Amino acid sequence: MKQCEMLVIGGGPAGLSAAIEAAEAGVQVVIIDANEKAGGQLFKQIHKFFGSSMHRAGTRGIDIGEELLQKCKDLNVEIWLNSLVIGVYDNNVVAVDVKKSLTEHELVKVQTKKIVIATGASENAVKFPGWTLPGVMGAGAAQTMANFHRVLPGKKVLMIGSGNVGLIVSYQLMQAGAEIVGIVEAQPNINGYAVHASKLTREGIPIYTGYTIIEAKGKERVNQAVIGKVNPDWSIVEGSEITLDVDTITIGAGLKPLIGMAYMGGCKLINDRFLGGWAPCHNYNMETTTKNIYVAGDASGVEEANTAIEEGKLCGVSIAESLGYLDSTKAEELKKAIWNRLAGLREGAHGTERTGAKQKQLEEYTKAMEG
Amino acid sequence: MMRVTSHPVLGEMKEIEWVNITVNGKPMKAKKGEMILAALLAEGIIVNRYTTKKQEPRGLFCGIGQCTDCMMVVNGIPNVRTCITPVEEGMTVEVQDGLGKWRGDK
Ligand SMILES: Cc1cc2nc3c(=O)[nH]c(=O)nc-3n(C[C@H](O)[C@H](O)[C@H](O)COP(=O)(O)OP(=O)(O)OC[C@H]3O[C@@H](n4cnc5c(N)ncnc54)[C@H](O)[C@@H]3O)c2cc1C
Ligand code: FES
Repeated sequence: MKQCEMLVIGGGPAGLSAAIEAAEAGVQVVIIDANEKAGGQLFKQIHKFFGSSMHRAGTRGIDIGEELLQKCKDLNVEIWLNSLVIGVYDNNVVAVDVKKSLTEHELVKVQTKKIVIATGASENAVKFPGWTLPGVMGAGAAQTMANFHRVLPGKKVLMIGSGNVGLIVSYQLMQAGAEIVGIVEAQPNINGYAVHASKLTREGIPIYTGYTIIEAKGKERVNQAVIGKVNPDWSIVEGSEITLDVDTITIGAGLKPLIGMAYMGGCKLINDRFLGGWAPCHNYNMETTTKNIYVAGDASGVEEANTAIEEGKLCGVSIAESLGYLDSTKAEELKKAIWNRLAGLREGAHGTERTGAKQKQLEEYTKAMEG
Repeated sequence: MMRVTSHPVLGEMKEIEWVNITVNGKPMKAKKGEMILAALLAEGIIVNRYTTKKQEPRGLFCGIGQCTDCMMVVNGIPNVRTCITPVEEGMTVEVQDGLGKWRGDK
């Protein structure tokens, strides 16, 4: 069986950062990623991040991605691509489905000392009549097509949801040449950051707050969207329906952590809507209730690329310490600095709820380990 | 054509290297290395399969291999997720009917 010291499931910002931090201390790391190219969501994020310079504000996700990949290369981190982790078993054995061609797959088992779950998140769907029609898709799907594959998924787009993903992807689809017919938000207020929203309103794109999607119409492809105002009980205000000509409806209704591997690993999970749903509990070192299994990034609760990077680093430092590559004074110093940066990232209007949820996650870990 | 050839952030697209594929019996050009689904979308083809019971059309939904809406018959093999499968010279791609048929199946 293939052996390694640390195995990272998922090569997004969280997984790459965990690997880099540990490899710098001397840990032998293998990253396993299902895609053709590592980097996770980063290569779709063509806009500049904001926050303080400490948090890479002003840098585009795509550039951060290239930088992380280069660092992995310099540190000889082994990255397996087109490889899907399909199971986490006792004694830190991980099963990997390695895709070699259309018809050839190889099943490889890896024995490791430490596992990092950095599988990211998946998009939530919204169901309404017509939601399965071609042309109705996740906001992330549209973003992947326009920014990564450079093919426009449609020309006249209605976005459902005004969270940051909905706002950013709308703007990016516009940059790629699509017309954004409007953004629909069921809540009375815009959900995402005002900076992103104002970029769209400045272009005259209507944001329909207090509206929801009622139906997508079309035969082989959506050609119309019907939206309407919602009452407090979620019924539609009579006569408020608007029919819009569109060829694409994108759904930006939030993300939920991909927790299959944590579930298989027996990690205790908690459910909190500010984490995006079910997520594994973990301690100060990002270790879950299953010894030697760590978690980072969206898989530990949906946040942002910046927080994913910091959580990944925490895993890397903790693992290097636990395997004897870092002395505890040095490790403690590094961990403290990371937690401080995380606290900074979780400040502000949308931060308080997240901070609360992350706190609960730590507390539930302690309870589980005591109980 | 739905290709994003020039882009305010990503710049101009590099000169494209083409491969030849066959889609539903018709020859088509695709960008070397791109995903089958992206190649079809660039040509305005948006239906990848029809469902088994109700014959409803399905197309791109997640774009990252999670939902199976984009499955097609590729080189005679059904249930291939075209959003994560790159094109290859000479590939045949067909819209999938229901669960699809393996090449040679009656
Ligand atoms: C559409 C969309 C837009 C976003 N836009 C922004 C943004 O603009 N700014 C921002 O800060 N954040 C954004 N985010 C949030 C985003 O989730 C984070 O930025 C960040 O990418 C999370 O990093 P991660 O490493 O946890 O997960 P990801 O980047 O999602 O990486 C996870 C990786 O794990 C792989 N993987 C999963 N399961 C397995 C398995 N079983 N075996 C092998 N590999 C596996 C996946 O293929 C993927 O490569 C966006 C998210 C989405 C979905
Ligand atoms: S679009 Fe979801 S698997 Fe391809």
